[in-house]
Amino acid sequence: MSETRTDGFVVFDRVQKSYDGETLVVKDLNLSMPKGEFLTMLGPSGSGKTTCLMMLAGFETATHGEILLDNKPINNIPPHKRGIGMVFQNYALFPHMTIAENLGFPLEVRGMGKSEREGKIRRALDMVQMGDFASRRPAQLSGGQQQRVALARALVFEPELVLMDEPLGALDKQLREHMQFEITNLAHTLGITTVYVTHDQTEALTMSDRVAVFNDGRIQQLAPPEDLYERPENSFVAQFIGENNKLEGVIETINGNRCTVRLDDGSVIDAQPVNVTKSGERTRVSIRPERVESNPERLASDAHLIDAEVLEFIYMGDTFRVRLRVAGNDDFIMKYRNAQDQGRYSPGQKIQIGWQAEDCRALDA
Amino acid sequence: MSSSDTKPDMLSTHDGEPLKKSLGRALRRQKIRALLLIAPLLAFVILGFLMPIGSMLTRSIDNEVVEEIMPQTVAALESWDVDSTELPPEETFRALVADLQVAAENRTALTFARRMNYELAGFTTMVRRAQRLVRRIDLETDGPFRDMMIESHEGWGELETWRALKAYSSSPTIGYYLSAVDRTMVSGHIEPLPDDRSIHLMLFWRTAWMSGLICFLGLVLGYPIAFLLANVKERYANLLLIMVLLPFWTSLLVRTSSWKVLLQEQGVINQTLVWIGLVADDNRLTMINNKFGVIVAMTQILLPFMILPLYSVMKTIPPSYVRAAKSLGANDWTAFWRVYFPQSIPGIGAGAILVFIMAVGYYITPELVGGPSGMFISNRIAHQWYVSGNWGLVGALGTILLVAVLVLYWVYDRVVGIDNVKLG
Repeated sequence: MSETRTDGFVVFDRVQKSYDGETLVVKDLNLSMPKGEFLTMLGPSGSGKTTCLMMLAGFETATHGEILLDNKPINNIPPHKRGIGMVFQNYALFPHMTIAENLGFPLEVRGMGKSEREGKIRRALDMVQMGDFASRRPAQLSGGQQQRVALARALVFEPELVLMDEPLGALDKQLREHMQFEITNLAHTLGITTVYVTHDQTEALTMSDRVAVFNDGRIQQLAPPEDLYERPENSFVAQFIGENNKLEGVIETINGNRCTVRLDDGSVIDAQPVNVTKSGERTRVSIRPERVESNPERLASDAHLIDAEVLEFIYMGDTFRVRLRVAGNDDFIMKYRNAQDQGRYSPGQKIQIGWQAEDCRALDA
Repeated sequence: MSSSDTKPDMLSTHDGEPLKKSLGRALRRQKIRALLLIAPLLAFVILGFLMPIGSMLTRSIDNEVVEEIMPQTVAALESWDVDSTELPPEETFRALVADLQVAAENRTALTFARRMNYELAGFTTMVRRAQRLVRRIDLETDGPFRDMMIESHEGWGELETWRALKAYSSSPTIGYYLSAVDRTMVSGHIEPLPDDRSIHLMLFWRTAWMSGLICFLGLVLGYPIAFLLANVKERYANLLLIMVLLPFWTSLLVRTSSWKVLLQEQGVINQTLVWIGLVADDNRLTMINNKFGVIVAMTQILLPFMILPLYSVMKTIPPSYVRAAKSLGANDWTAFWRVYFPQSIPGIGAGAILVFIMAVGYYITPELVGGPSGMFISNRIAHQWYVSGNWGLVGALGTILLVAVLVLYWVYDRVVGIDNVKLG
């Protein structure tokens, strides 16, 4: 298994990390990244994602296992010799240096001459449209500007790998969306391999080539954003990424990529088996709100329908959200586009809903 | 009366009252309450701090005692030239006798004598003898007095006596300040004191350089401790902090005395060295009652004042700065020196100024472990006060010390900026 993984540019091979010798913060991490990939580590706080980043940067040592960069083990290489660019959560721009001095720092410690340095600093600042700010101090810049400078500083010495630790956390929503675009653009133009850590799933989905969803010290799923959203492999991922409806029951029949699930209140629904194998097994099914259908004409004739009671009808402008009671679950959400032919509902109304079997994933209980 | 009638720069309330006035009234109660809360402390500061300082400043220039006790003599000397080679005329001696007669009656003659004795040794004897004389003579009939006075004490026949009397008769006087910087005007002109009596400038200088050295040693010893405090786990940091603060809970006197126990010739360190054989029994190290003892003891005593400001600044430096520096390719030393150290400078500034200012005014430790060669200016001030009772000189020395510290503070503010100083 590990042989296939070693072809990556960045490889985590059975890495474990413990701080106190009693609990593992990172349990058996295996990951292989090709060169030029933009990979996001996504997960709730305490899931081990930042620890992984710090191990890669060299600020934490792996308790067990090996981390390889370009096929060379880096466990024993100190951080300053790894040549990895890093953008910190609070930017960590040196407050006593000007912007130009901040950018010059990594070049200076590498013994680069003054004139060469100046050229590189100018190019890096122009790249993030901060060319006019070279003589300012970090405190004189706005959060967004500091962010750009931090990015330029991490890139100015032309590292092949850049790590970003929640770099957009401190920015407001609009700026954050703009910077998301700029960062991905820059990473792809320069062909840098990027490891990005965030707890914001929108950020992860919009920016990344692949997302590694962390929970409980393990990667729960490592997949491109689309797969992650459309085809979550377990309940944690389904629940963590995007909005999700869950229903619990027992597998009744299973037939290839179709199955039926008898919910706890006795009603039967269609689903696609993902990590269930035989009938009688307990399961938790996951359905995205926008895949719930209230018009039976749009479903296959043999599709199972289930009763639902409207609890709340929420007007959201471009969409409608309906909160339903389905099989004892009061938080079942149905979402649909605001269009001429779509009906509206009032609380208390009894309706029938259904879905296509492949949109409903039967996962671990 | 629409609202557009009022000028935009004069906002007013609905009743047409200016907004500022209305706001001022609304805040007045709050202000009064705040003032009442601080009133006891304010009164205490005024009575216990500002008034003594004012009194010190006044005493340092006040010289009314001469003119008050010897009014006629002072007046008579006005027409006498200090550079004259002749003694003052008979009228002056007559005035002196008249003044002394009154003074003897009021028992103030010795107060005057003591004042003059600070400047010219032997003056008390002269006044005592003259006082005995003037009690016996009648001002109207017994003249001329000149030879009688000179006969009572030859000092009255010396030019220096009269020059000094004239020079130190005015009030306010700069006489105490001159004496504080080892100058005198007993000859009627400002000139340096003879070397064997010059001590203050040397003491000011010694106080300054030793304080500077103590400050520097404190920094060298305190910086790593503060760094450790700011960077270890909170559990250990608290324990370390208690160890740093422990000396604060011990009396200064006890701490100084314990240094005495350690450093003296029969003390712990010498005994140990002799026992090991590093030092011969008849050649024990002199570590106390000299500068060495003062520097060792004061560095230890003032160390917390260096560590605490350093620690409070270092605690605010996020670890991500050093990490960032390392990720950018700096080794441990470069990351520290180029990134961490510059950011700890406000703490160094605060600690240094605090320790230096405290050291400059230190009294007990140099008194107990300093000996004559480790004496500070404050010990001299105390000596002038309780041995000589020369309040004027005490005031002048104290004022110079105060001004020096204020000047230092001002220079520091211009160079470093007092806003950059963080004490916690």
